[in-house]
This record gives sequence, C-alpha cells and structure tokens, in this order.
Amino acid sequence: MKRAGFASAMVGAIVLLSSPYAMAETANTTEKKEIAGKWVTAAGDPTYNIASDGTVDWYTFSGFRRYHSECHTCHGPDGEGSSYAPGLVESVKTMRYADFMLIVATGREVVRADKQSKMPALGDNANVRCYLEDIYVYLKARADGGLPRGRPAKRADKPEAAEKQEKECFGDR
Amino acid sequence: MHRHALASASLAAFAFATPAMANEDVLQQSARPEQWVLQTGNYTNQRYSKLAQINRDNVKNLKVAWTFSTGVLRGHEGAPLVVGNIMYVHTPFPNTLYALDLNEDGKILWKYEPKQNPDVIPVMCCDTVYRGPAYADGTIYHHQADTTLVALDAKTGKEKWKVVNGDPKKGETNTATVLPVKDKVIVGISGAEFGVRGHVTAYDSKTGKQVWRAYSLGPDNEILFDPDKTMSLGKPVGKDSSLKTWTGEQWKIGGGTAWGWFSYDQETNLVFYGTANPSTWNPAQRAGADGKPIDQKWTMAIIARDADTGVAKWAYQMTPFDEWDYDGVNEMILADITVQGQPRKVLVHFDRNGLGYTLDRVTGELLVANKFDPKVNWTSGVVMDKNSPQYGRPQVVKEYSTFQTGQDKNTKGVCPAALGSKDQQPAAFSPSTNLFYVPTNHVCMDYEPFRVSYTAGQPYVGATLSMFAAPGSHGGMGNFIAWDAAQGKIAWSKPEKFSVWSGALATAGGIVFYGTLEGYIKAVDEKDGTELFKFKTPSGIIGNVMTYSHNGKQYVAVLSGVGGWAGIGLAAGLTNPNDGLGAVGGYAGLRDYTALGGSLTVLTLP
Repeated sequence: MKRAGFASAMVGAIVLLSSPYAMAETANTTEKKEIAGKWVTAAGDPTYNIASDGTVDWYTFSGFRRYHSECHTCHGPDGEGSSYAPGLVESVKTMRYADFMLIVATGREVVRADKQSKMPALGDNANVRCYLEDIYVYLKARADGGLPRGRPAKRADKPEAAEKQEKECFGDR
Repeated sequence: MHRHALASASLAAFAFATPAMANEDVLQQSARPEQWVLQTGNYTNQRYSKLAQINRDNVKNLKVAWTFSTGVLRGHEGAPLVVGNIMYVHTPFPNTLYALDLNEDGKILWKYEPKQNPDVIPVMCCDTVYRGPAYADGTIYHHQADTTLVALDAKTGKEKWKVVNGDPKKGETNTATVLPVKDKVIVGISGAEFGVRGHVTAYDSKTGKQVWRAYSLGPDNEILFDPDKTMSLGKPVGKDSSLKTWTGEQWKIGGGTAWGWFSYDQETNLVFYGTANPSTWNPAQRAGADGKPIDQKWTMAIIARDADTGVAKWAYQMTPFDEWDYDGVNEMILADITVQGQPRKVLVHFDRNGLGYTLDRVTGELLVANKFDPKVNWTSGVVMDKNSPQYGRPQVVKEYSTFQTGQDKNTKGVCPAALGSKDQQPAAFSPSTNLFYVPTNHVCMDYEPFRVSYTAGQPYVGATLSMFAAPGSHGGMGNFIAWDAAQGKIAWSKPEKFSVWSGALATAGGIVFYGTLEGYIKAVDEKDGTELFKFKTPSGIIGNVMTYSHNGKQYVAVLSGVGGWAGIGLAAGLTNPNDGLGAVGGYAGLRDYTALGGSLTVLTLP
C-alpha cells in the first residue's frame, strides 16, 4: 500500500521536475562544470560552487533561503538538526540527488519503539518543488564543509535561467 | 444582516445554558491551594500558589520525592494537574494521558492513549507539543494534536463524548490547553504557518455540541464583532473592521490562529486570549491595494469575548501589519493592581513583540505599553496620547522594518527574533510583591521575506531568518525578569545561558520557580532574583512548574523533555554575526547539554 503510493508519487515527482540527474550512476563531487550559472558534478548531480573570494553560486544562496523558510522549522538552522528532526548536513553526505528528491517529494515515515516521526510529502508545495535543486546544493555545500553556518556573505547574481525556471514552475509569475 | 446573525447566536447560547455551571466547580476547586485543576492555576492565569511550607529559607533542602517517565520523547510543554488524590500527566503526540495515584507514589490508575493519524505530525510547525488538559466537574477535557476534543471521566478515564474541531489536512492542529467556563469548553486552533484562518470555539461541556465559533478575521458575523458595541481603544470598531484591513481574499488564508492561553473574569463574564501572526511571513504579499501597510485585523490582537455568546466586548491590536512573526497569543494575566494611584482591574500581557502591556480588562483601555527587554529595537514605542491619530499604535523603526527594507532583501539585527522576547511559556504574578515574573528570550535576528505560494496543508511561510543572542549584552539567550506592570519597568533581571522556555510559578513562600533549557529547575527569591535552589532534571525544561499538597506536605512538580521551537532553534547553537561569516562563536548548542526524553520530577522537603 505504502510502496504503491511511493512509486506513483515518485513518477509524479520525476515527471514534474523532468530532472536530468535522476539517471546518474555514481557520485563524484570533486569534478564539476558550470552550465548557465548552475554547477553539475561529473556524475550528473547538481552541486554548489564557492569562488575563492567566498562568493556562492545563485542556487546555493537560493537554497539557503528556501531551506530556512520551508525546512528549518523541523530540521533546525543551517541543516544542523534539531530536537525534532535529523540534521540534513549529515544525511546528504551520502545521499544522491535522486534519493533526496524522492524523499522530499513523497515524504518518509519512521516508526520505532521509541518514536514516531513523519516527514511530509512536499511535492505539491511549489515553494519546495521549484527549489529542490537549490536546497540540495545548499545542503551539499554545508555537508562538504565548504560553506560555514549562517547566511552566505556573497552570492552570484540570479541567472536568467533561474528566473525563467521559477516562472514556469510557479505557473503564474 | 450581521445583527441578525449575532442575535441568533446569542439565542442559541441561551437555549444551551444549563444551571449546572462548570465554573462554579472550577472556582471552588482552584481555590483549594493543595490542587492544580487548570494549567494556569486558576481563571486569572496568575500561576500563584498560597502554599508556603516550602519557603525562601528551606527551599535549598528540596529533594526528589518521586519521578515518572512519560514514555514519549518529544517536547513536553504544560504541567500536570492535581485533583484530589489524582495527578494527571499528559504527553505531546500521541497525547497520552495518565492518571496517577498520589496515595501510591504515582501508581497508574488509568491511561488514555488516543489513536491519531500520524499525518498530523508534520503539519505541527514546531514540534508536536501540547500544553495539557483541564479539569471541571468530574471531567478531564483533553484536546489532541489532530483537534479532537475529548471529555473523559476523571475517575475512570472513560470517554464521555468527543468532537473534532478542525482539519489537519488544511494544517489545522492543536497545541493549546482548553478552558472550561460555565457550561462550555473554550478551545483554540494552531496553524498560522499553514495559512489556517484562526478561530476560537465553545463546545457544550456536557454534550460536545458546538455553541459558538468566532474567527479572528473575516466578516463581522463570523468574527462575532458588533460594529457599534465592540470597542477598541475607546471607540466602536465599526462595520467590517477586519475585512477592510485585508486586500482581496487573503484573509481566508490569513492566519491569526489562537494557540495560546485563555483566561476568564467572572465579574464581566469575559474570556481573554490573543491571536497569532497574519499569513504569510512575507509582508509584501499582504500589503494594501496601494502597496502600503494595512492592519490585517484581528491578527496580533488581544480579544475579550462574552463567554456565553462569543461576541467581542473589546479588542486591541498590538502589532498591526506584522513584519516579524510576533504572534500575540501569549497568556493574559488578570490582576487587581494600583496604576497611577488608582486601583485598576487589569489584564497584563507580555507580547512576542517585546512590549509588556497593561490594559483595563473591563474596557480595554490601554494603560501601559513598555519594552520588557531593553534590546527591543523594531519599535520606538507605542503612542499613548489619546488625541493622536496614532494612539495605541507601535511606531515602527524604518531600519528594522522588513517591509520597508523590501522583499528579497535582508533586514539585519532586528530584536527580538521571530520567537519573540517571550513565547507561550507563561509568566506568574505574586500578589505579595505585585510583581510579574517573566521567562524571556534574549535573541535577535536577520529576516529576509520573499514570495511564496499557498497550497492547502503545506507550510506557508515566506521568509528566511537567522537568529543570534542579543548583541552587546551578557551573551546569553535568555533572562528571567521581574516586572512592575503599573510602572512598565523591569524590577530585576537574571541572565540565563539559554532562552527561558518554562512557565513560572510564584508561591506564598516568597519564592519563584522556573525551569531552564539545560534542564535545571530553579527557585529564586521573589524580591531580587537571588538563586536559592537548583536541581538538574533528566532533560531540558519547556514545561511549566506547578505545586500541590498531599497529606499535608507541599510538592513542586515539573515536566522535562526538551523540544518545541526552542529545541529546534537552539539545538545546534546559534551563530554569532559579530564573529564574521557564520562562526558559532561562544554560543552554546543545546544539544551539548541535554537530550530528548519526557519525565516528571516531583520535589519536596525531606
């Protein structure tokens, strides 16, 4: 029952996001390239970029903002975790983008003897869905230790592609 | 039209009225100092006990009498109740309720564990907290996370009736306690971070049938405001007092939930409570049609309603057009004090926005509005000149206006942070000192609002924020203060490492108790805050201290179990903006001090 729900939601999420990253086979965060302001690993996962003067790419900054609007009320500031939900900085160290996307879009429930926790399915939430990559690359930047806690001091300008994608995703903007 | 609706609402109320008044019982039971029948002690919310066996001289000798594990890990707010020989202990979701036998060191007499859909967990914005049930007339009224209100036989735990107050699929949940008044039970709703339209509802205490519901925003006949008779700052509110302060239909997803505390004044038959933030947190999406700020009534307001009809007698909006998430839900404490040489029946309220308000509770007249944390900077103060068009309104400092700074821009150094100079953790009042004892947060923030879209049942926030301990102060994130509500002045202030997120208790023993996030229960001298006793309980305390007496012996009890907003925001420690890019400075992370786990600690003298 639950699996069927997951599967169909997953298909929905993938179609919705039409992500090129879902097909990637292996993780490699050391090599990356830039495509129109967006950074991608050799394995095809989205990733962050921090210039030598500390300037972060737009998507990492955007992820910082969206994380601290949509995610931090459970997962704590800066992806550090809280008394309520786990720290995502730890989770994304080993989590590929496709898995991240799946969990965010469809939710996750953990029932143990000592606790019951439930992550909601956020696939319907445009404020999350339209910024999934952003949130992922932000957390990656935090996980790799490249980005310290708090607000990134400097950021790249918003690429036109980001503006366009945002409008398409929200449908009304 | 609305007049007709109001009239029929009051007719309905009369039809349901019965001679058996639960508040007679509550008044009698709460007057007995050996008991604790409402979460806030009694209808006044004073959290004061006449018990004096434990006093400023012997409190240092307090020892643990017995403890009890609740079996639940999440944040434990509220306090146990004591009625006769039974103690009632509640938990966060799944909202288990235990009846413990005080004659047998807390042996379990009965346990009630509701079945709730776990889907409610993620729509509770900041942990699955619950501030506990209330007792009246042989019944425990228990309001679950999924908004099911259940009446239980206090002796057996058997269900008498239950009713569902809201829809968690739309983000409607419950975290608050309830208030039994007369033949009704008054309940609120949570979910302003999900675009819920807030309301308060009265149910018949014998049957669970809905008697009245009053929304915080919308048409007059739904907010139960009488344009001619409902007063605000000495004037009738007029027609459409809420609707005309919103653009379009934003009010339908406009927040203003009522997730705090209720108090009741039997002389005026008024129920008092506060309303939460307007949704979203992005003020630009709530601006008027002309692009200017617009009040968004009656969010962020103190509302006084007739207990029988729900019709508002008066209302006062503290933070018109919120730009910082300063919910107005904190407790309303009723006391009789002397203000400017005159004995006054007042309502005292410590708002998230950092201002301590004293109002005449009969008329709603504003008497005092002053900062109870000197670091509060978003406002230069409230205009007290009755002839000014700005009368009663806080003056916003441009530099800290997240609206004027603008969407997609970061407003820096706003004090207090979104969690407020004080959150729901209730203050206490001692009639012997005439002082209020207030647990506070000493935290500031950067706030950047941006555009968000609404989806039913999904978070609807629209701002990012980073929090830090108040700069240029003692480095800690909290203070425990004594407040003179007649003067609007701090009498004394005791710094704390973390925000004080525990409700205070004042007693006739000349002492005041509170808990800390590291897990200490502390007793201080009511006169100057001198620390007289502390004991470290198993987990951080976000519950409220209570006291009772059994077989002639006084006990002090508190729930520990870290969590709530405090556990979320402070677990990893705050960043220090002055240390440069994101450094974690000298500020402590709560997770280095305490871990999850609900338990009750009961203390007494050897």
